[in-house]
Amino acid sequence: MSAALLEAEALTKHFPVRRGILGRPAGLVRAVDSVSFTIEAGKTLGLVGESGCGKTTTSRMILNVEAPTSGAIRFDGAPLVGLDRDGLRRYRRGVQAVFQDPYASLDPRMRVGTIIGEPLVINERPSASALRRRVLELLDLVGLPERAVELFPHEFSGGQRQRIAIARALALSPKLVVLDEPVSALDVSIRAQILNLLRDLQKRLGVAYLFIAHDLAAVAHMSQTIAVMYLGKIVELGAAAEVALRPKHPYTQALFSAALPLDPGERPTEIILSGEIPSPLDPPPGCRFHTRCRHVMERCQRDEPPLAPESGRLVACHLYPSSATR
Amino acid sequence: MKVPVVDVRDLKTHIVTRWGTIRAVDGVSFTVAEGETLGLVGESGSGKSMTCLSILRLVPRPAARIVGGQVLLDGDDLMTQSARQMQRIRGKRVAMILQDPMSSLNPVFSIGMQVREPLTSYHGLSGKALASRAVELLTAVGISSPAARLRAFPHQLSGGMRQRVVGAMAIAAPPRLLIADEPTTSLDLTIQAQYLRLLKDLQERHRFAMIFVTHNLGIVAKMCDRVAVMYAGRIVEAGPVATIFAAPRHPYTRALLESVPRLGAQTEWLTAIEGQPPDLAALPPGCAFAPRCAHVMERCRAEEPPEFALEAGHTSRCWLDAPA
Repeated sequence: MSAALLEAEALTKHFPVRRGILGRPAGLVRAVDSVSFTIEAGKTLGLVGESGCGKTTTSRMILNVEAPTSGAIRFDGAPLVGLDRDGLRRYRRGVQAVFQDPYASLDPRMRVGTIIGEPLVINERPSASALRRRVLELLDLVGLPERAVELFPHEFSGGQRQRIAIARALALSPKLVVLDEPVSALDVSIRAQILNLLRDLQKRLGVAYLFIAHDLAAVAHMSQTIAVMYLGKIVELGAAAEVALRPKHPYTQALFSAALPLDPGERPTEIILSGEIPSPLDPPPGCRFHTRCRHVMERCQRDEPPLAPESGRLVACHLYPSSATR
Repeated sequence: MKVPVVDVRDLKTHIVTRWGTIRAVDGVSFTVAEGETLGLVGESGSGKSMTCLSILRLVPRPAARIVGGQVLLDGDDLMTQSARQMQRIRGKRVAMILQDPMSSLNPVFSIGMQVREPLTSYHGLSGKALASRAVELLTAVGISSPAARLRAFPHQLSGGMRQRVVGAMAIAAPPRLLIADEPTTSLDLTIQAQYLRLLKDLQERHRFAMIFVTHNLGIVAKMCDRVAVMYAGRIVEAGPVATIFAAPRHPYTRALLESVPRLGAQTEWLTAIEGQPPDLAALPPGCAFAPRCAHVMERCRAEEPPEFALEAGHTSRCWLDAPA
């Protein structure tokens, strides 16, 4: 086992729901419910799941914009909770983000040079010449020409804007970058460019990624480990190839069978789930997936299955013996 | 050869902008037969949505104008119909499902009112017959407790449910041609799988021709019989799905297929398409794909390739496919 860069332990986030003008508490959205995982230095953890499964809330807790209700995040061995101001500043430098929409994430009134240099100015107060040198270096790193410094975001296409966002995220040489749907807003022909760039940067800089996307093939391509979430819980966690090609949890199986193959001849047994994703305000008792599961048993409606080892990965499902004999 | 339901011939739609006239749809031709699905694939700005809007004569005026071509629906040229006749054709003989169900549904009317509206105006239904037909339609698109849903408003339904309602309205007639413009892009994966299955089932039952617009090649592989790949307002390659996926000819199609990550493929690097999507206001002379093409030749930059017929219904607009 290589060094854990970031460890999330029993990470939980509940949002109170208030109703009426008095704001009386009317319930609790269990957005993320006791989720644990590890991101290793220089590696990629892929996080997949449908809307409302808690993947974005998880990433917001890692970015420290949302405080966990309970549970802990440890970065380089140090818990995030006890950090003082200097510690937090170091943490924020070490963990950066690239978001889905490069049209929304770049200030239209700032020149690209200023956008990329801003994190440096705030954190390092470099001299003008050092700043310029570093900005040009970053532009080169993401494959943009030097003259981009003087231009505004609107002068760039979507793919180039995402390169700018990546350069900004890398400005402080972070150890972890959270990539929240980094290619879904881009044209198909541009996606491969950006995925290749991200992989190349990881090789060269040794940065770790938390890769969140709904394109399962892209996640499988980019990640060493995949965590599958459903209604705030991790239902399966393991090596990317195993989870993607030999999924064990019925939800993972359905999800990856819904990922469309690129070969019209190959139409694998498709699993079409019935029903919709239940509201996280009122998740089903027992296993949260039991309302849509093909293999539902009586105990699934009662007992929540723990995440337990099965065929070299972790699965939370009563189908598997290791959780039954627990 | 089956008689086509829709026969689009040399369709041209131009958009006048500050930067000049954009040929958004530039001589597009295709046919779709009964019970057949044609996939229209391309990036944003390739003209696939504008092609669909042109068929329905719903291009945003006055900036956009259909400047040429024919759209034959069961032999009737839609381009020569009066505005009044067109209104009767839309929704009745040709239906459309858009990407965002909220843009098709009116937020201030109940689902019931919106589902019943075309039934009243096109089919003259009223009273009990109208009520039971509305329930029937919601049942047909797999909505549980339809009677209750009819009283609901769009915001009270989930995205997948709303798109089902739009589907119910689309098949009310039932139409001869269904245009689905990225109908599942805003849906979650497992909900997308449900919806695609639903569209297939409805097509089997009603035998309508379907034009399926998407940028997702996986959906094409799963849903379509034939596919037309668009680039900068033109169809650059068209043919049966199996042929296009197994033996694509046009360098753009090939690059597109290679650039997509595949489940199970242990490739280190993806084959990226270099460069940026074309600027439609400043297209290069010759082939529009030439600046990004890996096989570009002298000729490509000077002369625009015509459509070359390859085997069985397979066409390609590339000089590489010019007969020797």
